[in-house]
Amino acid sequence: MTNALEIKNVNKKYSDFELRNVKFTLPKGMIMGLIGSNGAGKTTIIKSILNIINYTGNIKIFDLDIKEKEDEIKEEIGVVLDDMFFPEILTPNDIDNSMKYIFKNWDSKLFNSYLTKFSLNINNPIKTFSKGMRKKLEIATALSHHPKLLILDEPTSGLDPVVRSEILDIFRDFIQNDECSILFSTHITTDLEKIADYITFINDGQIVFTKTCDELLNQYGIVKCMEKEFQKIDKKDYLKYQKNKYDYEILIENKKDFKKKYSIEVIDKITLDDLMVLMIKGEK
Amino acid sequence: MEIIISNSNGIPIYEQIKNQLKNKILNNELKEGELLPSIRSLARDLKCSVITTKNAYEELEKEGFVITVPAKGIYVATINKDLVKERQLTKIEELLKEVLILAKTCDIKQKDIIEILEILSKEDIND
Repeated sequence: MTNALEIKNVNKKYSDFELRNVKFTLPKGMIMGLIGSNGAGKTTIIKSILNIINYTGNIKIFDLDIKEKEDEIKEEIGVVLDDMFFPEILTPNDIDNSMKYIFKNWDSKLFNSYLTKFSLNINNPIKTFSKGMRKKLEIATALSHHPKLLILDEPTSGLDPVVRSEILDIFRDFIQNDECSILFSTHITTDLEKIADYITFINDGQIVFTKTCDELLNQYGIVKCMEKEFQKIDKKDYLKYQKNKYDYEILIENKKDFKKKYSIEVIDKITLDDLMVLMIKGEK
Repeated sequence: MEIIISNSNGIPIYEQIKNQLKNKILNNELKEGELLPSIRSLARDLKCSVITTKNAYEELEKEGFVITVPAKGIYVATINKDLVKERQLTKIEELLKEVLILAKTCDIKQKDIIEILEILSKEDIND
């Protein structure tokens, strides 16, 4: 088995939105970030992977079909969804007690060690927890049955930089075992720049690309120039452009090749944010 | 061992890791046969992705600076330092030739080039 997750031709139709031929692969031992604007389909993909919603197509986790082997697979995956799914009157202790009966591999000791690490009191009800504490509790719960794949929907949104960096450190520890992989969707693309191996970009229900984060950050670039320079650039040498009041911003796929061909001064490094904005808002 | 990664100098992170490890091997800070951190632990501690450290190690392996022993780890390879130095000298020669050609085209004196070199070597060279 070389892939943690394989998605092929997944389609899902809602009245006003559809996923079309979604296809990507997450190799084992790697971290993939799922990016896209609000409503692009990130959560729908995650829900399909978890078999929470109906879809057509083929999704395999650890080479097994989720529709056929759901119970077996769910023993091996840890999930954090965007909305908290624990009743507010429960305490972490109650969660510990119920998870024992849900997961064969539930590890109370590990769960408690995460609670200590996150300074969460085991006997306080969830309703007394702040948003960050709730997220930490969800992540602790997702990790405490020794999963091999973490699937996380916006695990770091709404959290302060310190908590986010703690959570990223936990993800880093998690993939020290090369059997373990992570798929997470987020809007906080700076988190991905620090941790993701692959980026899958989804727009309007379709996959735009899956690429290594290194390739995107090292090779892609933004050219900034004036109109008369822009006019000289061959259409096939850029992906998208945006006309601003004082300049043109042009998204290019390979800074080195571009520099060889054109003598334009300003070629900036991109961030994933720039990339998203230009891919979605830019013209061709 | 210390490795310093800059996020703003424009050099890809894998290249920064590669260059710094290479320097440490060449100046004997990392010794022949020494076990290097694993791809995953290096990624964790440098706060970068696994693919980044993997690329760095792959390039170092291609250039003969490290060897991977399956199921054991990555070690500093036995390298012939004289040979490496020789190669670097050849490369410097080539680059300097280019400089001279460029200088000739716009009539810049040799003395000016040497002066530039002196100024540059006084500044911090960030690899």
